[in-house]
Amino acid sequence: MRAALVRRALQMIAFSAIGVLALITVFIVREGAPVLYKTGVGHFLFGGAWRPLEGEFGIWPMIVGSTVVTIGALAIGVPLALACAIVLAELAPPRARALLKPTIELLAGIPSVVYGFMGVVLLVPWIREHLGGPGPSVLAASVILGIMIMPTIIGISIDALQAVPRSYREGSRALGATEWQTIRMVVLPAARSGLVAAVILGMGRALGETMAVIMVAGNSVRVPHAITDPVRTLTANIALEMGYASGDHARALFATAIVLFVIVMALNSLASLARRRPRRRTRRPLWRRALGALSRGAR
Amino acid sequence: MKRSLSVVAFACLALGACKRDGGGAGNAQGPLTLAGSTSVQPFAEKWSEAYSAAHPGAQINVQGGGSTAGIKAAQTGAAQIGTVSRDLKADEKSLTPIVVARDGIAIVVNPANPITDLTLAQVKAIFSGQAKSWKELGGIDKPLNVITREEGSGTRGAFEELALGGSKVATSALVQDSTGAVREMVHGDPAAIGYISLGLVNDQVKAVKLAGVDATEANVVAGKYPLVRPFLFVTQGAPTGTAKDFIAYVLSPAGQELVRKEGLIPAQ
Repeated sequence: MRAALVRRALQMIAFSAIGVLALITVFIVREGAPVLYKTGVGHFLFGGAWRPLEGEFGIWPMIVGSTVVTIGALAIGVPLALACAIVLAELAPPRARALLKPTIELLAGIPSVVYGFMGVVLLVPWIREHLGGPGPSVLAASVILGIMIMPTIIGISIDALQAVPRSYREGSRALGATEWQTIRMVVLPAARSGLVAAVILGMGRALGETMAVIMVAGNSVRVPHAITDPVRTLTANIALEMGYASGDHARALFATAIVLFVIVMALNSLASLARRRPRRRTRRPLWRRALGALSRGAR
Repeated sequence: MKRSLSVVAFACLALGACKRDGGGAGNAQGPLTLAGSTSVQPFAEKWSEAYSAAHPGAQINVQGGGSTAGIKAAQTGAAQIGTVSRDLKADEKSLTPIVVARDGIAIVVNPANPITDLTLAQVKAIFSGQAKSWKELGGIDKPLNVITREEGSGTRGAFEELALGGSKVATSALVQDSTGAVREMVHGDPAAIGYISLGLVNDQVKAVKLAGVDATEANVVAGKYPLVRPFLFVTQGAPTGTAKDFIAYVLSPAGQELVRKEGLIPAQ
């Protein structure tokens, strides 16, 4: 009797999480859709002019901004994070691992405003002095985000690498492969789907980060032409202007949130898709599998 | 599932209702509503707090929305008092404006910047993106790093109207979302220039002279400094009841002292 009650209660709490998600979705769509409709989805997405007080809502510069900053963050964060994960999962002695892994997890717990502050105080002036431009830039945002996504990528990558059965490694070594050859040709391919999921989740983190980006990106509504140019991301656009926005301006920010929401949802679905089929010996690239899964779902 | 959804939905509705209710019921006179400029809003809230403390039972709602929304609210009667942080336009003169305070806008540069004086034409060239380097203005050989506030900010709106004649700040300008952030950025970059409320200038930044006039409270009061915006209360006809009483308090020495402490310039 009691057990059943507890089960019910827990179930309800679990479902309320879904309820909250549903409510958020309904809310931002309800708030944002009128502006999307009025401006036209194409014009909203690909319009270059963002003059919210004159009723011009084009978020193309912000879409480009989010994209380049995310790519930059991945370019900086992924190689470092993967290298780190390989060392921790495969090469490091257990005692070093016992020290390093919690340290990296701690990195994930540092508030983003602290990363942003480090960026403003150290990175931005350095870029201004040595590389030119105003300082706050695509590069500054990429570096800060690259560091911020590392704990996410490292954590999931280590899990993926450790999930590769010991027998694979032993078999490979028995065939005369060196340790590095084993990692490169056996362990990494076997863990690939998990590693891909790690990168995609890191990508979602980079795309969604707001505070640190506002502090170091400069926030000009303009498509950047160089990595030292300032840039505004989708999240920054919402956070910057929310305070004073009213009427259609506020609704346009919700519409920006819809776009962001769709992108992040798509990335997360892709990540769980990549993770769901861990060890299938297939050479089909991820997008083919995604397509396959979609068409199966449609049938 | 269905039940939990409805529980959550109900909780949200209840929360929303509470928020909207904010001091509605009771009071024979009904609540006094102020709506409009987001620049005036923080000061209006200070006034309303102090006024409510002195008049228990008085209910004052302070809302934002922007100067234009404030004018509309006063015209339609949605608010007894509209708050406006710019001069009234020709077609808005039917309302009664009362200047409750004034705010100067200072052009600030890094203290290390040798420039001490700019003309209004130069300010316009800088912020509209025509001037690219400090050299063109007789300064150091560095590109200008223009810093502006975000769209919708009252300070930005007033600056564009007063200094740029209604045209926009260039899109190449860096955007920061608070006075503090603009000041911090100017403080950290020898080639930066921005604008902030005069009352919020400190020794981290240097306020430049405009056409030879120092950006000081005295010069604003004397009418010499050009970048000054009025903070207005507008009412439909002469104010009555609580509105009249509240305005009288705002203009009283106590009310004016309150805004002086917050960095504004008193109305008189």
